[in-house]
Amino acid sequence: MSELKDLIARSRWSATHASANGTAKVPPTVADLADIASVVRKNILVMTTAVNSGHPGGSLSATDALVTLYFKYLRYRPSEPAWPSRDRFVMSKAHASPVVYAVLAEAGFFPREELLTFRRIDSRIQGHTHIKTPGVEFSGGSLGQGLSFGLGIALAARLDGAAHRTWVMLGDGECDEGQVWEAAMSAAHYRVDNITAIVDRNNGQNDRHTNEAMGLEPFADKWRAFGWEAIECDGHDIASLAAAYDTALAVKGKPAIVIAKTVKGKGVSFMENNMAFHGKAATMDELRQAFDEIDAAMRRVAV
Amino acid sequence: MTTPTLVAPREVFGKTLLYMGRKDPRIVVLGADLNKSTGAWAFMQEFPGRSFDLGIAEQNMMSMAAGFAASGKIPVTTTFAVFGTGRPYDQIRLSIAQPRQNVKIVVTHAGLLTGEDGMSAESIEDIALMLALPGFTVAVPSDGPETDAVVRAVLTMEGPAFVRLPRAALPVIHRDGFSFRLGKAETMRPGDDVAIVACGALVAIALAAAEHLAREGVQARVVNLATLAPLDEEGLAQAARETGAVVTAEEHFIRGGLNSVVSQALAARAPVPVEAVALRSYGESGKPTELFEKYGLTPANIVAAAKRAIARKR
Repeated sequence: MSELKDLIARSRWSATHASANGTAKVPPTVADLADIASVVRKNILVMTTAVNSGHPGGSLSATDALVTLYFKYLRYRPSEPAWPSRDRFVMSKAHASPVVYAVLAEAGFFPREELLTFRRIDSRIQGHTHIKTPGVEFSGGSLGQGLSFGLGIALAARLDGAAHRTWVMLGDGECDEGQVWEAAMSAAHYRVDNITAIVDRNNGQNDRHTNEAMGLEPFADKWRAFGWEAIECDGHDIASLAAAYDTALAVKGKPAIVIAKTVKGKGVSFMENNMAFHGKAATMDELRQAFDEIDAAMRRVAV
Repeated sequence: MTTPTLVAPREVFGKTLLYMGRKDPRIVVLGADLNKSTGAWAFMQEFPGRSFDLGIAEQNMMSMAAGFAASGKIPVTTTFAVFGTGRPYDQIRLSIAQPRQNVKIVVTHAGLLTGEDGMSAESIEDIALMLALPGFTVAVPSDGPETDAVVRAVLTMEGPAFVRLPRAALPVIHRDGFSFRLGKAETMRPGDDVAIVACGALVAIALAAAEHLAREGVQARVVNLATLAPLDEEGLAQAARETGAVVTAEEHFIRGGLNSVVSQALAARAPVPVEAVALRSYGESGKPTELFEKYGLTPANIVAAAKRAIARKR
């Protein structure tokens, strides 16, 4: 455990920017975001290995999309999680909680060391995201509900004339759930344009490839048929993600969804596209190898 | 005895919802196409901006309500009992109960009184489902005035709440402006030989049974348990201790409803014989009065149960 404590990573960006409240004097560069993403990946692995459980695969695939969102788009106050004007982020695929916690820790909502309490008794950071964690808006864990929840928040904001925006991340396998399409239909019906959905399109679910489990394609066209603006992007390219988010934010009079094409287990060779790591942690030896790979990838970015 | 006035609780709900909506702008109403039947229609006409018809999609409705509550609104979701409990149960559990979101679920057309639509529409499991959710307030008003009081109470308390109403009109057994306390058992009629604990439509039937028992020299206390959670365990224990025998009467399946919570509380606090008048199977199509007769929700059955309970006293 003490060895794992020493392995908890920290980004150089947050070391020089005390608060990520959307009014940061120096916004993070693409290189900063890549650095934060590498730290988040490492901490996903550390926290899951420490407790020998959790869902690293779908956390690693969502890392770049969430880091880009939290450190370039969302407005929030880590010291005041209930700040009324905060943007809301709803993690509908709540089993991918490690990425949420690693991002929230990096953003300053709670100490990084608390990541080692993940899934342990008396912890604030539960197996699936729950509102007892500072910064978590939605108690999830049964798939298909987050978009509906986010829609309630978005319509409440519209009633109040409030400017905050609601973002909802869904898994692609999650879109097997009928409730997702109930929510999709009603968001278009009420012309909700202060909500943005992001799908982590990593092509994997618990048992196997999403298209083997239940065919989703033509996926983007399904959303379009339901009245949404659908934007596809490379979910591991920060510039591509940012361009997609910008396009989504400019859509008026209807909801928009960013379909981020990702790789399950991204950044760790033996986890990539390996469904075994949907819900299984790395061993200590695997963890060391993964850290080496993440560091090597960062050196390539730096060069 | 004069003929009692009949009032439909769902119509009272509609009026009270409108009244409370005028007073509190945080109240928003979510429906699933049945708004003209539940009583929500008047609110929706007066406050279209605070009303959200989600179509026939109750799962989406419940999770959306949680989102409204998380934003400081007081969402009221309304539909029929079968569609407002079993159908979106996972959404109620995860989105509302576990994070304790301040959502009010008001269902109508509960129980056998739904009548001609038959067993699919006759919700006889909904109380059990809602009582299984930690922290949920569960209320079953017995008439129009109590419906008004219950709706006001749940709209002014903090936390998730469930209110169960029938389709049919019920005899008025409370005076307007009577003193109501959520979570407290109410003694409707004194008596020390046996206590009949009832909720919803069965309270009036229990009062009729008590009249009958009185003519035979048996003094039956009638306790209206409009709030099943949180449960007035002390009030129930006191009634049990003072009478020594209890009958429960409810328009619900025998497991998981009124009989279960009362028996559980009394077993721990004041063990006395407990007899049940409740449903033991699914229903069928028919007139409400015919269904109550066939499925045993009658004064005569309560009288018989009271005699059995008294005979079991030590």
